[in-house]
Amino acid sequence: MSVDEKTVRRIAHLARIAVTDEEVGPLQGELNAILAFVEQLGAVDIDGVEPMTSVTPMRMKKRADVVNDGGRARDVVANAPETEDNYFLVPKVVE
Amino acid sequence: MTALNELTLAEARDGLASKQFSAREIAQAHLDAIEKARALNAYIVATPDRALKMAEVSDAKIAKGEARPLEGLPLGIKDLFATQGVHTTAGSKILEGFEPHYESNVSAQLWRDGAVMLGKLNLDEFAMGSSNETSAYGKTISPWRRQGSETPLVPGGSSGGSAAAVAAHLCLGATATDTGGSIRQPAAFTGTVGIKPTYGRCSRWGIIAYASSLDQAGPIARTVQDCAILLGSMAGHDPRDTTSVDLPVPDFEAAISRGVKGLTIGIPKEYRVEGMPAEIQRLWDQGAAWLKEAGATIKEISLPHTQYALPAYYIVAPAEASSNLARYDGVRYGLRVPGKDIAGMYENTRAAGFGREVKRRIMIGTYVLSAGYYDAYYVRAQKIRTLIKRDFEAAYASGVDAILTPATPSAAFGIGEMASADPVEMYLNDVFTVTVNMAGLPGISVPAGLDAQGLPLGLQLIGRPFDEETLFAAAQTIENAAGRINLPKAWWA
Repeated sequence: MSVDEKTVRRIAHLARIAVTDEEVGPLQGELNAILAFVEQLGAVDIDGVEPMTSVTPMRMKKRADVVNDGGRARDVVANAPETEDNYFLVPKVVE
Repeated sequence: MTALNELTLAEARDGLASKQFSAREIAQAHLDAIEKARALNAYIVATPDRALKMAEVSDAKIAKGEARPLEGLPLGIKDLFATQGVHTTAGSKILEGFEPHYESNVSAQLWRDGAVMLGKLNLDEFAMGSSNETSAYGKTISPWRRQGSETPLVPGGSSGGSAAAVAAHLCLGATATDTGGSIRQPAAFTGTVGIKPTYGRCSRWGIIAYASSLDQAGPIARTVQDCAILLGSMAGHDPRDTTSVDLPVPDFEAAISRGVKGLTIGIPKEYRVEGMPAEIQRLWDQGAAWLKEAGATIKEISLPHTQYALPAYYIVAPAEASSNLARYDGVRYGLRVPGKDIAGMYENTRAAGFGREVKRRIMIGTYVLSAGYYDAYYVRAQKIRTLIKRDFEAAYASGVDAILTPATPSAAFGIGEMASADPVEMYLNDVFTVTVNMAGLPGISVPAGLDAQGLPLGLQLIGRPFDEETLFAAAQTIENAAGRINLPKAWWA
């Protein structure tokens, strides 16, 4: 499979990365090189094979359902570009 | 007397314990060496004040007879580990100004054991690369040069700063991470030792995520013993990482003297790839001969799905990366670039903050996870991953204790030499290492010789899950036989 220019723009939008018109062509070439490289996987017989979900056989650990951390709003927002009263500020989302 | 920064970590530990020098002196020796080595660009930031303060605490502990296991030993930290109050960048512009309010589990355990932090080491952006050329903070230059040449070489990647700093004596050892070969390939390129432990051995908590099912932390150091000492402190169960295993941490350092007598070492025939340079094949044969002389049995084995590991990796890793890197949205940390609305802000922030290779991988990941392609790419790759793991399980079930392979298909290349339009050429660097991540196994890279141009070459040993001890024993056997590599003289100082 290979991607056309329109698909490159659609993927970029899905990934929330702005691309300029000049970037689309080279990106298309690079993505297609990678897609051509992974094409060989089509030759592998995967009938009846389970997809890997965990490299080491382990049960998902569960912790006790208790509050063991918190009260750190100031730490959480400390690195944000824009905040007010321990809230993140974003551009207007709903009119 | 050897300069303090040229001691091995084990020698420095002994010297500090017997009070031949102070923690402050050895920290200062490293800080001076770092200052003179700016041209290598191994450190993104040095933290001299913190280093000297930690060294003072160490000297007080030593004076009171309360020395901890790594007391006063100066280390570098790959800038993928969150360090409290110290700029943490992942080599990316998008984390500009990020100062974590928490410490990664692995680095916290090193400080718990008395180690001293020298600074944050350069890397490929978000650990995506094999040459340290994708860092937003500039390329790291290898301390190695080809004989009679001044062409700057890459230190490998993504832990290029870690490997270069260790090889140039800018730290006694360093933390690193490995998703597809990012510890073992730079170690091989710089004549240093690097181990990627079994998935789950070290906590990923506080390590900036690239591909969560593959990422694992490990050390790079100048000897097998030094790596064993460091891994002993870095490893261990952490309830904050659900994939961190609740197993006791063995005495890795004790394992180095076990030898390989009675072990069976597998040689996978599929690793004899087309176009492999003759000197890599010779090195591999030599490694097998050394292990045989030391009492191991050498056995040819087959890992039939080897060739599919790299293409499957380039589906799984970008898919996980596209999900992990969704968090960089200009809201919670780092860079924000305004846009006409919130989606525009996201798009502009990510366009300006991510470099080319990172964008490429996020986009591939987005594509293979998108509606209609998920089964054809992602599910198929995960099934192939199961087959790759089965290959190893069959080999181990047939009585093989560890597997010997070359670490890389070539010695280090020059900066810019791989800048072709086809990204796959660079990806081929990881052809021998990536299978190990796909199967979650431990792998160690150990220097085994020099190529015709005087550059170091490494061998890789792959172990059973959670059997790093056998890897340390076998790697020590190779180190003993090959002799320690003479690291380059400081042309940069």
